[in-house]
Amino acid sequence: MTTTAHEQAGTTAAPRGPAGGAAATRNPRRGPRPGRLRRAGLPYLLLLPALILELLVHLVPMVIGAVMSFKELTQFYIRDWGSAPWSGLGNYRVSVDFHAPVGEALLHSFLVTVGFTLLSVGLCWLIGTAAAVFMQDTFRGRGLLRALFLVPYALPVYAAVITWVFMFQHDNGLVNHVLHDQLHLTDKRSFWLIGDNSFYALLTVSVWKGWPFAFLIVMAGLQNIPRELYEAAALDGAGMWQQIRRITLPSLRPVNQVLVLVLFLWTFNDFNTPYVLFGRAAPEAADLISVHIYQASFVTWNFGTGSAMSVLLLLFLLLVTGVYLALTSRGRRTGDV
Amino acid sequence: MRSIRAAAVGAVTMSLALAASACGGGSSTGGGDNASPKTLTYWASNQGASIEIDKKVLQPELDKFQKQTGIKVKLEVVPWTDLLNRILTATTSGQGPDVLNIGNSWSASLQATGALLPWDAKNFAKIGGKDRFVESALGSTGAPGKDPAAVPLYSMAYGLYYNKRIFADAGIAKPPATWTELVADGKKIQAKGKQVLGAEGSNVSENIHHVFVFAKQHGAGFYTADGKPDFTNAGAVTAVKQYVDLMAKDKVIPAGDAEYAQNQSVSDFAKGRTAMLLWQSASANLASQGMSADAYGVAPVPVQSGAPGSGTQVNSMVAGINLAVFRNTHNLDGATKFVKFMTSDDEQKILNKAYSCIPSVKSAQSDPAFGTPANTVLKNTLATSSAALPQVADESQFETTVGTAVKELFADAAAGRAVTTDSVKAKLLKAQQQMPAK
Repeated sequence: MTTTAHEQAGTTAAPRGPAGGAAATRNPRRGPRPGRLRRAGLPYLLLLPALILELLVHLVPMVIGAVMSFKELTQFYIRDWGSAPWSGLGNYRVSVDFHAPVGEALLHSFLVTVGFTLLSVGLCWLIGTAAAVFMQDTFRGRGLLRALFLVPYALPVYAAVITWVFMFQHDNGLVNHVLHDQLHLTDKRSFWLIGDNSFYALLTVSVWKGWPFAFLIVMAGLQNIPRELYEAAALDGAGMWQQIRRITLPSLRPVNQVLVLVLFLWTFNDFNTPYVLFGRAAPEAADLISVHIYQASFVTWNFGTGSAMSVLLLLFLLLVTGVYLALTSRGRRTGDV
Repeated sequence: MRSIRAAAVGAVTMSLALAASACGGGSSTGGGDNASPKTLTYWASNQGASIEIDKKVLQPELDKFQKQTGIKVKLEVVPWTDLLNRILTATTSGQGPDVLNIGNSWSASLQATGALLPWDAKNFAKIGGKDRFVESALGSTGAPGKDPAAVPLYSMAYGLYYNKRIFADAGIAKPPATWTELVADGKKIQAKGKQVLGAEGSNVSENIHHVFVFAKQHGAGFYTADGKPDFTNAGAVTAVKQYVDLMAKDKVIPAGDAEYAQNQSVSDFAKGRTAMLLWQSASANLASQGMSADAYGVAPVPVQSGAPGSGTQVNSMVAGINLAVFRNTHNLDGATKFVKFMTSDDEQKILNKAYSCIPSVKSAQSDPAFGTPANTVLKNTLATSSAALPQVADESQFETTVGTAVKELFADAAAGRAVTTDSVKAKLLKAQQQMPAK
């Protein structure tokens, strides 16, 4: 945000430069420098509050977090951070030593998170896009359905997920009631909140919560595709599938590029859903990395290791985002040409 | 020109203000002082059935304190799920309450952070001396050999709560005194179509409380004498297996309880679905769920054989709540006065009655309210057959790692997977490896 503001300020300030110079020549006794400096500096001065806030709210905590990751910040030192001894790369070594329990658990959690994120983002995108495409034509009740589809996105996370917890309960839950008591799909009631099934429970809630966003964004993207393209394609004899493949999807490409990235980052970092669903000790099958790091730092009171893991996570997400943007942007540029 | 200057001045002022207010957050990490002698902030733990009930119980007492001393106490009842995190945050930032409740098993862990005022002889003298407090409760106020980090406020012990009607229907004359008897009675109860024993399989702390007692009964523990984690010794493995086997092998704990973590087992018992419940001072909770006091009885928690006592006959942890003074308090004298007030005979009687706990002060225990059959069982347990959880700095990590291991074993048992000595040992080994290196 700050960078764009800087650029705008720079461009608006530039044309005024000569005017400032003219004023300076008219007033030779004061010299040319101060006036120009003052005028050129003003935009930066005005940006100062925003810059300081940005530093305070985002950058300083991140830097402190990174510093913490090099310290041995356990319960013995949290009262006075300064006294915590430096541990060098010790916290990182513990985190990435995949043959030792802590590193092994982190790797396991990382792999679970990757699998979970790929599935969740894929399903969110698929359902959201399908729904948006089907809702493109006007029909009776379309507005109502659109509103209805957005409900999961509008609900407060805690309220929504706690409802799912009730539905997933073993003895009295709605899910088991339907699957077991009514449809007789399972031999006995399944556990959804503990054990291996917890992964699917988590995936279900995540997709339920995430797809309306994909729906919303894709729906907005669809408004920008000219109707004429479809009409021309229909005249040429293209069926619905061909229209989707050759017109809708290519036109949505820039929208999808951002959508998938945002969904990926949100899902990968999601803390609320697993925490409300499983509490502070998530089952192994659904041990997402955000909760894992929370547990490593808050529950075991080892903030140094927790910070090291967070920094590793940050680096990984930066890497993925960079590679993703590089790949997709290059593809788009050649596509445009 | 003037407007530019005005804008520049505004921008600079605002930046300075921001920077100043950001710096204002920090605070000295030194000891407490008496900078604000007229107010206190008190974080109470959630002892009643709801936070509202706690406020109703505590507010009149705080008003009384204000009348006596002129100090206004700002009350905040913090739910258990948040309390430890809130304390950690307060410790880290130095901004916290003046007086606070802590779970007594956290005493040693919080003591190690240095966030709490140590109760040396001088401080104890201000509240009437160390001798006023019950011996067993004092055993759970910090690491041995150090000045206590807190003073005992409410004491509790585990009891076996049993539903009288279900027992009568199943033809059981008296509550089981050993685990073998409990399993045998379970068969009779199941024959009548009722569930036998409730448990909170996904509640990490509950799991710890039980496996700790089972370990005691096998003459073992989870720590070596010099305070090192030792989770995989034979006694500890047998203890954990015996507890999980109540579900896996003996089938007295219903499989559904494996996912319980929000006291569902208490409401199951209150609604008459399960015949027995191992719980600490449950009377007030059961009453608030509509179970009348004559519908259930309280017996000592079973042992392996014989009668409850010390050593391998232990049948409860020393459960309870401690009252601590935050070291960074700005009203040290007021905080000490408040602790004195809360641990006075009168207040001990009023509060422990309201929460169905046992007073931590000897002289308050003589009140007839604590002599009911139910309270007598708990009082005797506390006095003669309870043991304090390990008072080590990494107790909180122990609760998390071992409690999670037990939770996972319950999940295995519920899914019908075998729980063997090897699988128990593997889980405990993993828990031990996650403990801090030193």
